[in-house]
Amino acid sequence: MNLLTVVLALPLLAFLVAILLPKDIPGLSRLFALGTSLIVFAVSLGLIAPFWFHTPHGWAFETDLNWIDSPRIHYHVAIDGVSLWLILLTTLLTPICVLLSWRYIDKHVREFYAFLLLLEFGLIGVFCSLDLFLFYVFWEVALVPMYFLIGVWGYDRRIYAAVKFFLYTMAGSVLMLGAIIYLYNQAGGTFDYVEILRQFQVGQLGLSSQAELLLFLAFFIAFAIKVPLFPLHTWLPDAHVEAPTAGSVMLASVMLKMGTYGLLRFCLPLFPAAAHECSSWIVTLAIIGIIYGALVAMVQPNMKKLVAYSSVSHLGFVVLGLFSFTQAGMDGAVYQMLNHGISTGALFLLVGFLNERRHSLEISAYGGVAAVAPGLARAFMITMLASIGLPMLNNFVGEFLVLQGAALADFKWAVFAAIGVILSACYMLWLYQRVFFGRASADLQHHMYDLNLREWACIVPLIVMMVWMGCFTQSFMPSITTSTAGILEKTRTNLEIHVRRTPPARSVLEARVAR
Amino acid sequence: MPSGADYVRLLPELILTVAGAIIMLLEAAMGNRRSRNGLGYFSLIALAAAAVGSVIAFKNGGPAFGGLVIVDGYATFFRILVIGVGFLSVLQSFQYLQRERANTGEYYALILFSLVGQCVMVSANELIMVFIGLEISSIATYVLADFLRDDKRNNESSIKYFLLGSFATAFLLYGIAWIYGATGTTSLPGIRPALEAGRGMNLAGVAAALMFVGFAFKVSAVPFQIWAPDVYQGAPAPVSAFMSAGPKAAAFAVLVRVFITAFDPIVAKWDPFVWSCALLTMIVGNFAALTQPNIKRMLAYSSIAHAGYILVAVAAHSYIGIAALMFYLAAYAFMQVGAFAVISYFSRQGERYVNVDDLAGLGWRQPMVAALFTVLLLSFIGVPLTAGFFGKFYIFKAALDAGLVWLAVLGLLNSAVAAYYYLRILVVMYFREPGEASDSVAAPGVAIQIALWGSVLGTLILGIYPSLVLNFATYSSQFGR
Repeated sequence: MNLLTVVLALPLLAFLVAILLPKDIPGLSRLFALGTSLIVFAVSLGLIAPFWFHTPHGWAFETDLNWIDSPRIHYHVAIDGVSLWLILLTTLLTPICVLLSWRYIDKHVREFYAFLLLLEFGLIGVFCSLDLFLFYVFWEVALVPMYFLIGVWGYDRRIYAAVKFFLYTMAGSVLMLGAIIYLYNQAGGTFDYVEILRQFQVGQLGLSSQAELLLFLAFFIAFAIKVPLFPLHTWLPDAHVEAPTAGSVMLASVMLKMGTYGLLRFCLPLFPAAAHECSSWIVTLAIIGIIYGALVAMVQPNMKKLVAYSSVSHLGFVVLGLFSFTQAGMDGAVYQMLNHGISTGALFLLVGFLNERRHSLEISAYGGVAAVAPGLARAFMITMLASIGLPMLNNFVGEFLVLQGAALADFKWAVFAAIGVILSACYMLWLYQRVFFGRASADLQHHMYDLNLREWACIVPLIVMMVWMGCFTQSFMPSITTSTAGILEKTRTNLEIHVRRTPPARSVLEARVAR
Repeated sequence: MPSGADYVRLLPELILTVAGAIIMLLEAAMGNRRSRNGLGYFSLIALAAAAVGSVIAFKNGGPAFGGLVIVDGYATFFRILVIGVGFLSVLQSFQYLQRERANTGEYYALILFSLVGQCVMVSANELIMVFIGLEISSIATYVLADFLRDDKRNNESSIKYFLLGSFATAFLLYGIAWIYGATGTTSLPGIRPALEAGRGMNLAGVAAALMFVGFAFKVSAVPFQIWAPDVYQGAPAPVSAFMSAGPKAAAFAVLVRVFITAFDPIVAKWDPFVWSCALLTMIVGNFAALTQPNIKRMLAYSSIAHAGYILVAVAAHSYIGIAALMFYLAAYAFMQVGAFAVISYFSRQGERYVNVDDLAGLGWRQPMVAALFTVLLLSFIGVPLTAGFFGKFYIFKAALDAGLVWLAVLGLLNSAVAAYYYLRILVVMYFREPGEASDSVAAPGVAIQIALWGSVLGTLILGIYPSLVLNFATYSSQFGR
């Protein structure tokens, strides 16, 4: 059996078993979820194998089975260098989420872990579907468990946040469904992504520029809501603030990547002309998002909201990189997707730990934590520095590449986006100062304690990844570059103008790819 | 002289009629104190036999009684569909009727008689047969709506349904008269060549309009939907389940058969009406459902909205559209009957708990029922891997195929609006603390459980392997030529 299918099927099986476990033994549900999610992670490591020594140009672990005859829908899954790392990000974070919720979740434990596993299933599916229809199925499947995670285990305004989250995503995705069906009819009855791309390339399938623009927009809006791109981001702070820690982590680290992944995988190669046409205003929105997110983050009194708005800012970088249409920008965007997953996930996790101790998300409730919980302070320090983009840590690489790509496309973009980097240092350092330095109040000293073994086990893998991704970029980059180069090539099929602007540096990258 | 084959083709109707008559006789012969559950079980057996009978009739398919009736794949599909609806409705009635102290044999007999009418409707190939079938089905349903005759809401529901229903039937009959005047025939295949030859085109236009009004009432399409919320809300929950799924499916089946077979030559005249009717129905249904506190009423508005989606498939005017409509009606039947099964179970005596808020915390008190209800609600919303999703998918695909891009886009946006009110039930069931109603509810009885599981499994099977039904629907949608 195909390894990818195993990785996909295991969480589903685990979900089915988890929902049937006895209700009144929460410990069993916890252990089961931890065990299975670790197994899934271990198995998913096997997916790296074909990418490790030589990077394949096509798809790896491809499976193409008939699911429904009419309309022709296939179970077609495969991974390339981009989906590989996103899947690994998902499988890495799921056991961490299980572990970090160990104490915090004490009601409806069985259902909580079951939904977490179902979420993992949906997310892995999104990242490996090559059938547009299958992609849509997983896209929606991932929505349902997150809705419940926010709605059942969230904070006070959870119902509002959960419904808003669901409706925003739903509104965007129905338009995408319409576009998918339209594409199916145009492509002579196939949902297959590879096949549709082939038809575009050989000229068998052509769209009028108006139709292409509308289809692009239908996909784009669905993804932009998920990213979220300014001004469609308003659901995000609500969802993040109200979600339980594990929900916030999964939402920020993985679910937001569904949007950027969709842009990269579908919007750009399928509708290159429309993507080029719209790139200027999309980039403008992305830059507005970068600066706006950072500015709003700065004035937040609530830690989770601060991190949520910093996500808006960071994701702006990803969109900027994608729509710069340069190799460096694309690589940076994908790398930044992973970085954001690791470092923002870690931030939410640490904020969650603080909240479990002090039962408050208000920054003003803290101060002097470093004196009482030095371990927590150190972990937070590294994570915060990674998030700012300190060299040798992961975000630096991604932001650097994105800015490089933006500068190659249009220098102004890079200038404005760089403001966001500076601002991120401001709000993060200020947050750190207010929370960890100063004198600890007696009340805080009473509640605060340092990280225990379980909590270290959650945060250490993420810190290791931050350093690894910051120092040994080569472990990840070749496979990413191969995939993004392929996608970039497809966006050029009917446009020459951006090729002129391509820097000489790109040929070096391409040379490496060719090798 | 009718031959033996004619009777075989009418097998399900015969089985149901005989079984209904037997139940009436047994009811009279039984003592007052004996439980009537036995009659219910008997009706279940009769329904199963009728389903088998439909298959046998299909194997020996063809026109019967000189072309009054035609047994083709299309008719068989809907026969089995309405019989299935009857089966699931009877299953959820036992507990309900006992609770209301109204467990009598007439109930089961009326359901069987109503089904006879619906089976006649879906296999009718002639307008008088359509009318007769509609009347048989409707009269039985009027009585069912008032089955708890001491209940004021029942009375209101039934009277409303009866008055407005008769009015609509009159429109239909008037339309039939016009078409007879225009073409000199009431046989569906006979009308078509007359219209193709260009005889009586203007009269036929009026006839089509009148008949459309009649059918639009039966399927509760805007602007003829006013009755539906009151009637579904007032009638006993299992009856609402039955009449919001069965007669509706049958009416849609007839509508399509009449308009595709007979009125196809004047499609340019009626298609714009269907188009605008579909759009209005979706919008009115969905937006009215948003604020309903009563679940039965909300489901009534949602059923109006679903009628709108189905009309989109009619407007597409293609075989793919008909197949999509058949699939959607099957999906809708499972969802609707299942959802009402939850109400039949939960409402308690006198339907005390029928507000959305009453379901608070049900997810933690009766996890199984709530989980099954969740599947049905997700299917209503149109989440993938459920029947509702594929139903919408096929319908909007048919619409896009037919070039109805704006109708499809507006319909899709409508389905996003609809998500809100279904989500509200999920919110209440899982995100609120259990209230008095959920705390006091007993575990569901076996029959209700079977009804629920049956609808949920149907929803899931159609959602994961839609080909099973869709292939047959595609095959049998080609009756027009």
